[in-house]
Amino acid sequence: MTDGNLALTAHLLRRAGFGAGRQELERYAAMGYEEVVEDLLHLERHSDEFTDLLDRYYEGEGVPSAAAKWIYRMVNTRRPLQEKIALFWHHVFATGWAKSEHGPASFGQIDTFRRIGMSDVRTILIELSRDPAMIFWLDNNENHKTEINENYGRELLELFSMGVGNYNEDDIKNAARAFTGWTFSQPIPLYPFGHYPTRFVYREDDHDDSEKSFLGETGHFNGEDIVEIIARQPATARFLCRHLYNFFVADEPQVPAWEQVPPRDPSAIELLMRVYMESNGDMRAILRALFNSDFFKTSQSKKVKSPTELVAGVIKLVGTHRFPRPGMLDYAGAVTLMGQSLFDPPTVEGWHTGKEWIDGGTLNERVNFAVNEVSDATKPGIRFIIDRIESTGEPLPPDDFVSQCLDLAGPVDVGEETRKGLLRYANAGGTLDFASEAQPGDGESRVVRMIQLIVASRDYQFA
Amino acid sequence: MAKNGNGTPSVMVVVQLSGGNDFMNTVIPFDNPVYHDSRPTVSIQADDVLPLNDTLGWHPSMGPMKEMYDAGKVAVVQGIGYENSSRSHFRAMDIMHTCTPESVGTEGWVARAVREIDPEKENVLTCVNFGRGLPRAMAAPGVPVASVGDLESYGLMTGIGDQRERDEALDIFKQMYAPAIGSGPVMDYLSQTGLDVLKGADQLRLAPERYESNVEYAENPIARSLRDAAKVHLAGLGTRVLYANHGGYDVHANENPTQPKLLGELSAAIMDFFQDLRDHDAADEVAMLVFTEFGRRIKDNGSGTDHGSGGGAFIIGERVNGGLYAEYPPLAPDQWLNGEDMRHTIDFRGIYGTMLEQWMGLDPAPIVGGVFEQVHPFR
Repeated sequence: MTDGNLALTAHLLRRAGFGAGRQELERYAAMGYEEVVEDLLHLERHSDEFTDLLDRYYEGEGVPSAAAKWIYRMVNTRRPLQEKIALFWHHVFATGWAKSEHGPASFGQIDTFRRIGMSDVRTILIELSRDPAMIFWLDNNENHKTEINENYGRELLELFSMGVGNYNEDDIKNAARAFTGWTFSQPIPLYPFGHYPTRFVYREDDHDDSEKSFLGETGHFNGEDIVEIIARQPATARFLCRHLYNFFVADEPQVPAWEQVPPRDPSAIELLMRVYMESNGDMRAILRALFNSDFFKTSQSKKVKSPTELVAGVIKLVGTHRFPRPGMLDYAGAVTLMGQSLFDPPTVEGWHTGKEWIDGGTLNERVNFAVNEVSDATKPGIRFIIDRIESTGEPLPPDDFVSQCLDLAGPVDVGEETRKGLLRYANAGGTLDFASEAQPGDGESRVVRMIQLIVASRDYQFA
Repeated sequence: MAKNGNGTPSVMVVVQLSGGNDFMNTVIPFDNPVYHDSRPTVSIQADDVLPLNDTLGWHPSMGPMKEMYDAGKVAVVQGIGYENSSRSHFRAMDIMHTCTPESVGTEGWVARAVREIDPEKENVLTCVNFGRGLPRAMAAPGVPVASVGDLESYGLMTGIGDQRERDEALDIFKQMYAPAIGSGPVMDYLSQTGLDVLKGADQLRLAPERYESNVEYAENPIARSLRDAAKVHLAGLGTRVLYANHGGYDVHANENPTQPKLLGELSAAIMDFFQDLRDHDAADEVAMLVFTEFGRRIKDNGSGTDHGSGGGAFIIGERVNGGLYAEYPPLAPDQWLNGEDMRHTIDFRGIYGTMLEQWMGLDPAPIVGGVFEQVHPFR
C-alpha cells in the first residue's frame, strides 16, 4: 500500500533530518529523491530565522531552555540537515556543560556547528580548537608553554579525528605543545564570572614555538599546522567516515572497538573515504555520496533512534509546536530521561549509541513518552491521519486498518509479531467504519489507540 | 556459599566512580615528600588529612568514610590496575567492565555473574542498575538487567487511565515484543528488554510502597541512587546485585574543589546507605565494591592531574575486616611506571574475584577470564 518513493523519502528525512509530518513528507516526495538530497545539502536555499521569536518565548541561560529551543528548531527548521549535522558534531565532539555551567559557551558551540558543520574537516577542526567551550572542557586554557596539559591534544587525535592506534604518545605531547596559547577571554566558568560571552584568544607569549615532530613531520608547528596534517591523514578520513556511517546509515559497534572491529560494510566506508580524499574532507560532497548510495537507501531500520531523534520525530508526527508555546521544556526533560542530555554528554567520549540507548529504564521512558504524545486526537498530525482515513468513506477491514495506520504514521516498517499484535487489536473491534459507529468517537479513538500501539512497538525504536 | 552467615543470600553493591578517581588524593601518603614535591598544586597538607595510619590519610572531605574505616568496615585495596594500563576513558572503563585488556570484550563481568546466579532467568530483578544509562559491566546477551532511572515512575503505558484498556494495551505490547526468529541481535535485545520491563515493573512498584526509613539522604545523584538501591534491597525482591554510577572524577583541571565535593557526597551516601540497612536489620548480607577506571598521574599539571594508572578500590560492609589490602604503589621516582605513573600492585580482576568467590560464592575464573590473586577482606 505504501509507495516506494514515499517510504524512501521518509527514510531520508528521518536520517538527514528529524522525520516529517505526513503533509510535509508528501510535499518532499513530489520533488524526487535526488532533488530532495540537493535541497537538504544546500542549506542556503532556505532561510533560517528563529532567534528573536524563540528568545522571547524560551528565556534564560539554562540548559533545559536551550535544549527546548534546539528541539524546536529541529522540528520547525527549513534546513533539517543543518540541525542534524550540528547534532552529529555534538555527538563526536562531545562537550559537557556540567563542567563550566556556562550557557553562552555551550550553546555557542552548537551555533558554530550549525555555521560550519557542512564545510570541510580542516575548517571544522580549527573552529573546534578555537571554541571556548571545548577549550575549557578539555583544559586547553591550562595548556601552557611552560607546563603542558595534554588533554585536548590527546582527545583531538583519539576521539575527534584519527582514533587510537594511529599515533604515539609523543605525537600527543607535541600536538598539545602546538596548541599552547590557544585559550579564551574570561569569563568561564560560570562561577564566579557569570553568563558573559567569551571568545577565543591566542596568547603568543604562552605559545611554545619550538620545533616539534608530529606524525613524521617536523617544524615549528602551531595548532593550524597540526590540524592541516591531521585532516589529510587517511586515518582521519576513515575514522570520520565511520562516524558518518554510524550516525546516518547503520549502527556500528561503539567507537573504542573500531581499532579492532572492521566496519560492517567495508565497501561503504571505502567509498566515503574516497570522496573525503578527493574533496579534501568536504562534508557536503561526502554526504551527497552517502545519501545517494545504495547502502544508504537500503539501510531502513538499521539504526536505533537516539532519544533526540525519537522525541523530535514524535513531535513532527503529532504536528504540534509549529509556533513557540509552552511545553517545550518538557521535551528537553524527556530527552534527558531517555539518556541524552543535550549540551551535556556524560564524558568526552560522548553518548554510547545504537542498542546502548536501550535499557529497561530508557525503553520505559521512550514507550510512555510516545504513547502519551499521540493520545490526543485534537493534535494536528493525529487529526490529519484520522481525517485522511475517514475521508475515504470506505469501511476498513481490520487488515487494511492496520496497514493504513502504519502508512500514515510513518510509513513505519514492522515485523510479523508486531503486525500480529496490531491485527489482534484491529480484529477485536472489527471493521473500522466511521459511518456506523456504535458510539460517536469510536472510530477516532480506535485510530488513536492503533497509533499508540504502533509507537509503542519495538520496530518504532528504529530509524 | 558466601560468608555473610545470616542465612539470606549475599548481595553485592557495585559503585562505579567514572572519570578516573585520583587515588593518591583519596588515600593520601601525607608524610611522603615525593607526594608533596610532585603535586605543588593539588596536594593535601599533612595537617589536613584524616589519618588512617602513620603514613596514610583520608582526604579531608571523607569524614564519613573515615568513621566507617575506624569502625572496621572498610577494606582499602591499594594499587589496582593491569599491565599496559589504557589512558583512554573509553577503553579503560571498557576494560574494567569486560575484563579484557588485550581485546575488545562485549560481555560485562557483572552480567556474567548474574548469568551464574540466575541461569534460568527466574527473576528479572536479580540485577538492578540505578541511574541513566547501563554500564557495559551489566551487558551480555540474554541477561536481564533492570535499569531504573526513577524508581517512582517505573512501568509501561501508565498514561492510559482506564485499567481494562491499559491491560489490553499491555497484552498487545507483550505480543508485539515476542521473540522473533531471524530478526537480529539488536531486535532480540529490544524484545527481551521490553518483556523484562513488563515483568519487572510490577514488582519494582512494591519497593517505594514498602519503604519507610528515618535516614535522610542528601539530594545528589549518588545519594539518590543508593537510596533507591536501599529501597529495592529492603523490599525483598530477590535482587542480588545493585549497581550505581557516580560521575565527574575526570579532574584534569580544578581538582580542588571538584574531587572533594564528589568524595564528600560519595562518603556520606555510603554511610547513609549502610545506616539505612542496619536500621532495617538488613546490612549483614550486603557488601559494596567501589571502583574506578584508572588512577591519575603522580605529578599534577598545575591545576589537576592527567589520566594515569594504579587506582584503588574499597570493599565495605558489616562483614568486612577493615584495613589496608595489597600494597600502596611505590612512590620512589625510580619506581614510577613509564617515568610518570603509579605502578599497580594487584590486578583488578582479582578484586572482582574476591567479591565473586568470597562474597557471592561463585567461581570467578570464567567470569573474569582467569585466576588472579585475591585479597581476603571478609570476616
